[in-house]
Amino acid sequence: MDNINNIPAEKFRFSQRNDLYHDSKFETKPVSYFQGAFRRFRKNKGAVVGGVVIAVLVLFAILAPFFTPFTPAYYDMVYAYVTPKTNLFANSSIDFWDGCRNKETNKIGYLKDLALALETGREVIKDGEYTVSEDGSTYSYRYDTYYGVGFGKYKIISPEEFNDIQRYQNETGRQVLYPVVKVADRPTLEKNKYDANIYYKVENPNVATLRPKLDANGEIIPNYWKYEAGDTNSLIAEYNSLRIEGENGIEEDGKQYFYAYGRRVDGGIEVRAEYYEYYIYQHNEVKKDGIEEPLFLFGTTQTGKDIFACLAYGARFSFIFATVVAIANFIVGVIWGSISGYFGGKIDLFMERFAEILGAIPTIIVITLLKYHMGTASQVLVLFIAFFLTGWIGMAGRTRMQFYRFKNQEYVLAARTLGARDVRIMFKHIFPNGLGTIVTSFALVIPGMIYSETSFTYLGIINLEAGNTTSVGTLIAAGQQSIMANAGYVALFPCMFLVLMMLSFNLFGNGLRDAFNPSLRGTED
Amino acid sequence: MYMFKYVSKRLGLMLFTFFIIFTMCFVLIKLLPIPTNALPGTDPEIVMKTLEGRGWITNIREGENGVWYYDRVPILIQFGTYIKRILTQGDFGIVTTYGEYLNMNIWQVFVSHLPPTILINIYSTLIGVPIGLGLGILAALKKNKWQDQVINIFIILLISVPSIVLALMIQYVFCFKLGWFPLTMSTSNEYFTWEVFRSMLPAVFALCLGSIAHYARYTRAELSEVLTGEFMLLARTKGLTRGQAIYRHAMRNSMVVIFPSILSEFISVLSGSLIIEKMFGINGVGGLYLNSITFQDYDFFMLLSGFYTLVSLTAGIVIDISYGFIDPRIRMGAK
Repeated sequence: MDNINNIPAEKFRFSQRNDLYHDSKFETKPVSYFQGAFRRFRKNKGAVVGGVVIAVLVLFAILAPFFTPFTPAYYDMVYAYVTPKTNLFANSSIDFWDGCRNKETNKIGYLKDLALALETGREVIKDGEYTVSEDGSTYSYRYDTYYGVGFGKYKIISPEEFNDIQRYQNETGRQVLYPVVKVADRPTLEKNKYDANIYYKVENPNVATLRPKLDANGEIIPNYWKYEAGDTNSLIAEYNSLRIEGENGIEEDGKQYFYAYGRRVDGGIEVRAEYYEYYIYQHNEVKKDGIEEPLFLFGTTQTGKDIFACLAYGARFSFIFATVVAIANFIVGVIWGSISGYFGGKIDLFMERFAEILGAIPTIIVITLLKYHMGTASQVLVLFIAFFLTGWIGMAGRTRMQFYRFKNQEYVLAARTLGARDVRIMFKHIFPNGLGTIVTSFALVIPGMIYSETSFTYLGIINLEAGNTTSVGTLIAAGQQSIMANAGYVALFPCMFLVLMMLSFNLFGNGLRDAFNPSLRGTED
Repeated sequence: MYMFKYVSKRLGLMLFTFFIIFTMCFVLIKLLPIPTNALPGTDPEIVMKTLEGRGWITNIREGENGVWYYDRVPILIQFGTYIKRILTQGDFGIVTTYGEYLNMNIWQVFVSHLPPTILINIYSTLIGVPIGLGLGILAALKKNKWQDQVINIFIILLISVPSIVLALMIQYVFCFKLGWFPLTMSTSNEYFTWEVFRSMLPAVFALCLGSIAHYARYTRAELSEVLTGEFMLLARTKGLTRGQAIYRHAMRNSMVVIFPSILSEFISVLSGSLIIEKMFGINGVGGLYLNSITFQDYDFFMLLSGFYTLVSLTAGIVIDISYGFIDPRIRMGAK
């Protein structure tokens, strides 16, 4: 035993010759870091749902602009505040998404709507159903905001357009033009004079609130301008198209009468065009912009903009913008943070102070100063620079933290001992280990960015409408103004978009964070 | 002594940051064309003379067709004049383009708009902080029971639903549909009457929801971490009841982190929220700021930008410094 260091090799033998111990091979497949993260992520139901909702919203933002003929630049003041309508519900008896709203009015209001419905044959009052309060003062019914526009004001069109509409009427059989009322028979007050919806006789044409005159049966009496067949009046425009009184006119006291469909005035012909049909004619025959009929899926705003198109374009802008800014911030932040974190010392101190001062400038000041200096040329650029200028600081801070965490670990020291260069150590050895946390913050930064963009457009500091797009914030601001007009739906859809997006991004981001960093699980909520 | 050094270092850094931002702002503003075009109804000569009197331009002379020529004063000299006037006379300039307050002293206009902003934020802090703390404590004490889960869902909803949407919902439901409150805040100056208070309530409500969620979440996380500490077990072993142990040991320890943020909240009441102020038509500093941006009233913009920057910097530094004062571990460790 005294010569224990010098035992000859041949004296050694295996204790169990037949039973060699081998390391058994793993029967499971190796799981990489990202595979593991993905598996943990899938288990988190909330995060998966969040991811799906985000995907749907992104798809909406990408695809919707291609499927709607409307654009943010489109507006039609006549169809301002029309309610959301879809063909799915428009003809059903469900009082939802049908382009109608509940209307409570007095008898005069009801009669006016009824008169419009009788003349055009449209359901201005949905299904013709209404309820009267017990004392008979209030009528309530579903009022169709599309048909309720009726004729709007008397419209003066050129003779060419007048003829073209007649051609269109003859070809399609759709009645656009209706008989006009003789000027002498119209109400006298400025307010009512040009109202093309009043085609009936009224009790007193000289008062502000007109009451329709009713005959013995309680029916409205039409007040059309009629002329005897063969009688030529230089004021009446020639008309050879659909007539609501029939091909042969009406017989009265043995004479044949026709209605006048247009009145010659300076600069054209004054007509009563039913706006719904006129709109279809305008967009299909004249503008040919792909709009087939007035049908606004999410309704329209105060200025008659289509909310669906605005929201789709706004969302598309928000997503693209946030992603681009986030990528720019990511690149700069990662480079800045890795240099600052890896080298430490004086460099770190200087870089930190610089970022600290830059980060202390409120974004609103940056945006305003940029806006002043760059004029109103490109608000998108202003927004981009402002968000980029201070946005990368957060990313740099997180990267710096990761570098501090890993830079003194043994494998990094080993790499350095083996002669790896700084850049290689930074981006080959340290960065991939911190990637999970950094990617997670990328996902959490996007909703924040969209929200601040929304805030600035809401506040009106940035206005994207000039650049033929719009923003969710602008829509929300319009929605807030519409509250007074009892048009809550204007704000509803942009708000829903914003809430859904924030909620799902939060769930998704938290799920990512938990998946990439299981030890952090649940500490922050 | 250590604390003094720490505080003065932090304060110095803060003032340095503020000075840099303020200077940068001033220079960038002064690089813009001077708004010399007179508002309709004012004499261009008066406008020119005013600008000269402020020290922005010099050597004015009238050319043909009422066009005025002038030389610009170097920006550094302008900055010197500006700072000197602020320090010696407290004079931030007069309103030049913001129509409503034309030719009034900027500082006075600013001060007259402070009360609504401060009041609304103080009310919301006074309501929000106790409720938030209470909910957070309840959730931490009943961790993983139904109370905790309900509060948690509430918190996640409040945090995820943006304040812009929350405020709009409050305005729509309570002000418009139910008609309990006026749509916008009353413009009266009698801030302590019931009418004005009532008109402030929706804005207060909208503001405090955010801070409720924030404090509830924060308190829950802190307190539930402290509660698992071993010293809590020791306290119970010593014979303290659960209530005593929580009140004397857990609460105090968790407050070390929460209290500074309450302090900074009281500093931030000065600045408030631009979105809430716009939405509820509050006649406060936020509205002034937005309008000064729209009207391009540069002196006004300078004052308000400086103010907002200072408030946010102070709120940040209060957190840092109060940590040092409140936490005995930091205080003792320094000696």
